Amino acid sequence: MFEGTARAVDDVSFFLDRGEVLGVVGESGCGKSVTAQSVMRLIPEPPGKIVGGRILFDEMDLAAVPLERMGSIRGNRIAMIFQEPMTSLNPVYTIGNQIAEMFQLHRKLSRKESWKRAVEMLAKVQIPAPERRVYAYPHQLSGGMRQRAMIAMALSCDPEILIADEPTTALDVTVQAQILDLMMQLQQDYETAILMITHDLGVIAEISQRVVVMYAGKVVEEASTGTVFADPKHPYTHGLLRSIPKLGDRSAGDRQRLAEIKGMVPGLLALPRGCRFHPRCPEAMEICRERLPDLFSVGPGHCVRCWLYGETSGETETG
Amino acid sequence: MATYIARRLIQGVIVLLAVSMICFLIFRYMGDPVLTMAGRYATQQEIEEVRRAFGLDAPTHVQYARFIWNALHGNFGKSYVSRVPALGLILERFPATFELAATATLLSFALGLGLGVMVSLKPYAWQNRLVMAGSLGGISTPTFLTGILLIMIFSVYLGILPPYGRGETVTIGFWRSGLLTLDGIRHLILPAVTLAMFQLAVLLRLTRAGMREVLTEDYIKTAWSKGLSSRKVIFKHALRNVMIPVVTVAGLQFGEVIAYSIVTETIFQWPGMGNLILTSIFETDQPVVVTYIMLAAVIIISINIVVDILYALLNPKIRYD
Ligand code: SF4
Repeated sequence: MFEGTARAVDDVSFFLDRGEVLGVVGESGCGKSVTAQSVMRLIPEPPGKIVGGRILFDEMDLAAVPLERMGSIRGNRIAMIFQEPMTSLNPVYTIGNQIAEMFQLHRKLSRKESWKRAVEMLAKVQIPAPERRVYAYPHQLSGGMRQRAMIAMALSCDPEILIADEPTTALDVTVQAQILDLMMQLQQDYETAILMITHDLGVIAEISQRVVVMYAGKVVEEASTGTVFADPKHPYTHGLLRSIPKLGDRSAGDRQRLAEIKGMVPGLLALPRGCRFHPRCPEAMEICRERLPDLFSVGPGHCVRCWLYGETSGETETG
Repeated sequence: MATYIARRLIQGVIVLLAVSMICFLIFRYMGDPVLTMAGRYATQQEIEEVRRAFGLDAPTHVQYARFIWNALHGNFGKSYVSRVPALGLILERFPATFELAATATLLSFALGLGLGVMVSLKPYAWQNRLVMAGSLGGISTPTFLTGILLIMIFSVYLGILPPYGRGETVTIGFWRSGLLTLDGIRHLILPAVTLAMFQLAVLLRLTRAGMREVLTEDYIKTAWSKGLSSRKVIFKHALRNVMIPVVTVAGLQFGEVIAYSIVTETIFQWPGMGNLILTSIFETDQPVVVTYIMLAAVIIISINIVVDILYALLNPKIRYD
């Protein structure tokens, strides 16, 4: 067993169990992607920097290992897929080349053997005619196919963790569902832990067991997926849930208007004092403007960063 | 691919026709070669004889048609001055110019790419700021000044490199090469560096700008996330994308350098085409000038086609239809 703690954005702390699917949800700009990229040390330094905090992976602190050693972890033990399948594959190399590269690098396989394995990977992600598609350049594939190729590449060295940063956001709805199904299936085959980063609670509902809700660089609620949907505590989580269409509603003629959360995520340079959500929060109280709430525990594995739950429970858990 | 090249060739022929017409007209009405040839003290009758002998008494369109017809047969007429075929005269000078241009282009390409990558990786290191300042100097110093400065330093003060001429050459078939003797190479250094200087600055800046842009691309993030070494990320994943515009510009520059190395060749008394053309213009040697312009057009058009093909080879998104 291993445990990973990412304290990257601002005191963000969560763990990921082996083989678990953890969803990280929040509006764009809330620090989800930064967190994910910090785990891989992909934030360019300068300007980015990890100040303090640890990223524990298999008893190793990824925030502290020299960058050269990240080479044997990136791709090999922690892999990543990105939002834009259009731009995240190199346009001047065939996808076969880009997948085979993984086997050459981490498995020290010969060129020929690596290409053979690349074809196998493409077959695993259900790309038709993989023995021909290995020679395709990214621009010759559709968005969904490209994302499949990205997944093939990411899973090729059987990583322990797959970080998926909005992997379906740029795709058509039907393709989104296919990609999610594929990820679920591969997750079971490979027993890979997935860190699913998304703004889409629908994706979370489909794929993840636990959810971390982030707002303006902070974790505001953490619970199992079932709990979040059945018994959300944080006003921000409420808002997120109200802003997604319920399943089955889509076909109904009398569509309800979807609620939206008023206002915008604050910029990181102009964070409000106190609870960062208070300018948009319908429940805001006096104390919210003054002091940042701690993460209060409200049930087994369920924490909320909100003053509404602080006084009642009494127990505090600092994040 | 074949149709693509064919189409480019047809375009090339049209451009050539236009070029031929323009230079024919310009030289028809600029200066009178007959006076040059017959001499200043020739009588009217002698002048008429010369005019007839060279076919210059016929109407313009007849002269033009005759010119094209002959050009198609590789006959561009004889130099009015030296009375030998103009094409031969120019082709004889071609190897000198080609070797100079090729050396300069290779030099600037290698250095431009290398320095550009280096600078882009650590833009704020002092060495790299120095390189960038130097390249600004390189871009803004006119070629003749660079050439003269280099001669002053390396030939006059230090006395280690010859200031002019091509040195010892070796002839292989029709090709007179200066690259095979030490003396020839020593003579090549200063003019090649001079010619490379301007191109270098452009290529360096292009590489740097390209690298800085490409390094922020998503696929570079992907490459890092795969665990590749920085060498692989930079030289395999980033540079190949940066090369596309750099190769294009270097190729076009190569064409220009062949065709227009006039200033450098004059400074270093390099026995190439540029030097010849300057003399010919002074002497109103119409056939030589016209042939040269036509040849320059042919060279630039063919290099453009080669560059297009290279571009397509580097960039899989280009298709030929
Ligand atoms: S702490 Fe206050 S402002 Fe923040 S979410 Fe809770 S109620 Fe709203």
